[in-house]
Amino acid sequence: MSAILETLTAEKLSGSREVDLSRPLTIAVAGNPNAGKTSLFNSLTGLRQKVANYPGVTVESKTGFWTLTDELPPAHLIDLPGLYSLDATSIDEQIARDILVGRSQLVKPDAIVVVVDATNLVRNLYLATQLIEIGLPLVVALTMFDLAERGQLKIDVDKLSSALGVPVVPFVAKQGRGARELAQAVLTAVAQHDFGLDAGSESVDQANPQRRANTIRRYSLIEQIVNDTVQAQDDEGRSVSERIDVVVTHRFAGPLILLLVMILVFQAIFSWANLPMNLIAHVFGALGNAVRANLPEGILTSLLADGIIAGVGGVLVFLPQIFLLFLFISVLEDSGYMARAAFLMDRVMRSFGLHGKAFMPLLSSFACAVPGIMATRTIENPKDRLATIMIAPFMSCSARLPVYTLMIAAIFSGQKVVGFLSVGVVIILGMYALGIAVAVIVSWILKHTILKGPATPFMMELPPYRLPSVANVGHAIFQRVGLFVKRAGTVILAISILLWALAAFPRATTNSSSENLTSEQAAARTGEQVRNSYAGRVGHFIEPAIAPLGFDWRIGIGLIASFAARETIISTLSIVYNVGADSSAKSTSLIDAIRSAKRPDGSLVWTPLVALSLMIFFVLACQCMSTVAIVRRETNSWRWPLFMVGYMLVLAYVASLITYQGGRLLGFT
Amino acid sequence: MTLDTIPRNTNARVVSVEASEAHGLRLMEMGLVPGASVRVVRSAPLGDPIQVRIRNYHLALRRVEAQAITVALCAE
Repeated sequence: MSAILETLTAEKLSGSREVDLSRPLTIAVAGNPNAGKTSLFNSLTGLRQKVANYPGVTVESKTGFWTLTDELPPAHLIDLPGLYSLDATSIDEQIARDILVGRSQLVKPDAIVVVVDATNLVRNLYLATQLIEIGLPLVVALTMFDLAERGQLKIDVDKLSSALGVPVVPFVAKQGRGARELAQAVLTAVAQHDFGLDAGSESVDQANPQRRANTIRRYSLIEQIVNDTVQAQDDEGRSVSERIDVVVTHRFAGPLILLLVMILVFQAIFSWANLPMNLIAHVFGALGNAVRANLPEGILTSLLADGIIAGVGGVLVFLPQIFLLFLFISVLEDSGYMARAAFLMDRVMRSFGLHGKAFMPLLSSFACAVPGIMATRTIENPKDRLATIMIAPFMSCSARLPVYTLMIAAIFSGQKVVGFLSVGVVIILGMYALGIAVAVIVSWILKHTILKGPATPFMMELPPYRLPSVANVGHAIFQRVGLFVKRAGTVILAISILLWALAAFPRATTNSSSENLTSEQAAARTGEQVRNSYAGRVGHFIEPAIAPLGFDWRIGIGLIASFAARETIISTLSIVYNVGADSSAKSTSLIDAIRSAKRPDGSLVWTPLVALSLMIFFVLACQCMSTVAIVRRETNSWRWPLFMVGYMLVLAYVASLITYQGGRLLGFT
Repeated sequence: MTLDTIPRNTNARVVSVEASEAHGLRLMEMGLVPGASVRVVRSAPLGDPIQVRIRNYHLALRRVEAQAITVALCAE
């Protein structure tokens, strides 16, 4: 490696360039989507990566450190969003384009590594040749090289390199082949570059006919180059991918396979995740108890145990589901199946005014709307994307399940419908169906009113099937889970503390220390505290408004708390009913309390109709500060998240009202 | 004939791409330039979108978008 450095210093002395190698280089990695860019980036940076947001927009920026040689400081490597051409369409592509042509104020690359898929040379070279014309030091990383060799594509790398005028380095991420050669090539390119030359790129602001002519010209040049440098076995037979596709996109088998995949994902999220989730809930419950038992009683202990620990636990309990969800999404994306799912579902989605690419984000929202909404970035049309974001919360997320579970266990348990189906299953399925139905209707309305616009092109590449790489999937999960914990976590924690404060103040006067109280007395005291607190007062205040829905002031307190995070209604109800703060949806004492709760006139509070009304309210209302925070981030304004909370609240209220009053009219109680 | 009307699994060549369509340029940049060989592999279960093979890769596009591309069937 020092031989390189000597050459570089020699070049420096000859005065042909201006780059100061003692400071880290900034290198942009560009390329088509599905060309192996992420694999290359992961391979070169290892775990030294950071994901952030480009300021002002919702595109993620991925940067990392790449050690070029041991003597030089590591280079800043930037993984740009994939793009097909400098004539960018989506926001993702515009960001990449601006950085590459030097328009971005934030990032000015010193060099470009363009990833070219060896199995798809012609189209990949389209972007590569555009990038070469920009004039920055550039190296082509020829990825999928092993696949090309196996597919009997003989590429004369040296000939290709001289035809393009830039170094071409074969790269196989899985085997780490090519990393050192790539580093050498980049350093040489930077050292030998004549920065005086101001090549510039063909203007991206040209008129349409000019661009079309250029496109044709460029492709014919590329065809010539490829013909000269590549020898292909004439491959008219079907590749493995194509044979798989015969089944996967088959008229009948295709949707069936998709259904099976969906069932598998759901099964994992809703049942396999249960064990770890219960474990985490237990741990945090025990931690809270330990704190309360061992620290002196007082405000701070309560803040720690009931505010902070409860709050953090409330976020972390979702980790198993989020982990599994991202695991499946990553594997499906990496393997190429995701594109087929969008292909199969596009026609159906379109009739609801949505884009085929909305399918996966909406499916993800069944676990949690936060990553689902994050996933809508792949939808290029802003209006399509907004419509998808607006309806994502209707996909009954996993936080609603504890509420359904509690209601069913308390009010509907044991009953059977049609002989073998338990009422519980029917109700849960009904809630899901309601959410989907409302989502479809709202989407249709939005797309025909405020989000009306021309249908954007579907145009989506169906990449060849590839075995997902463990490294890539691992990286993706790690990063996304981390982001979730940070984004959702901070919001839920803040709200938990706020709610704790609302319920803890004003302090009820205490006559004796709590060490002498039995657990029932302690629970009663906590209940008293909550009832007289600010939260309790608000509950009483809104009671007239929610009475037509069948709710009383205690449920009111729970409703208010739940607007921060749905699942908090369970712990809030536990406190309000004097059952104690560490109850869960399955707690028998909470269920008993619910069954015996009475109104001032002696009638039961919780009738089946009330329970149904509450569940329907939860299906339709947006009760999640994390979702609001994410929508704010993804839409760059407060308009849309506030609109979302507002219209969903109206919908929830009206639906609950119809359910309760309608049910009473029909004679149910 | 246009790309959305040719029969399945038949080789064809692109003749021209509709100038007035905004996405016409995009399709060309994806490789659908005059002279490129193209083949409709299949359509989705409900008839739309269609899966098209261009050179070495597969592209899915809606029939209405494929209308912008005029093709000629190959002799073989």
